[in-house]
Amino acid sequence: MNLLLEWTSAVFLLTGGFLCITGGVGLLRMPDFFSRVHAAGVTETLAAPLLLCGLMLRMEWSLEIVKVLMILVFILATNPTATQAMAKATLTGGQRPLVADPEAREGGPSSKS
Amino acid sequence: MGMALVRAFLGPTEYDRMLAANSFGTKTVLLIALGGHALSWHSYLDVALLYAMINFIGTIAVMRFFENRNQSEKQESGGAS
Repeated sequence: MNLLLEWTSAVFLLTGGFLCITGGVGLLRMPDFFSRVHAAGVTETLAAPLLLCGLMLRMEWSLEIVKVLMILVFILATNPTATQAMAKATLTGGQRPLVADPEAREGGPSSKS
Repeated sequence: MGMALVRAFLGPTEYDRMLAANSFGTKTVLLIALGGHALSWHSYLDVALLYAMINFIGTIAVMRFFENRNQSEKQESGGAS
């Protein structure tokens, strides 16, 4: 039982760390702001519960687990909200997302390949 | 975290900087939680919870400020022309 908990938490922690690094790479290398928002928001919303669940499996049963659960619920509630607020403020500020083929949006006949 | 800092320093617009700051804050919360458990600090979880709250409120406040500034600029230019 103890060994099972140990291995499960190790898998959770490693997956969470990998997702964090993926989010950092996406934040650096994506071409425009909206894809950067996507890379940062999605990976962090998944990486935070994974890391905190891995941490909870490693702790002994006490009030601390409730605190970790509070942090988890708080991050799950606020991180998508903050991401949405950023994207909305950027759209209001006049930036538009990059589109690969500008004619594809207008539905021109030359866009079909 | 390092990559988020690099994006914050060379981001082309202010929105990029704010996104990098938010992402950096979330990762700091995770780092405090994990590192506090590994090094067996006392009451590190309270610090992490407080940091998460301040991070969220700061991001929402700055984004609201940007939005209001953009709208007021638009109204001014629309009234002038």
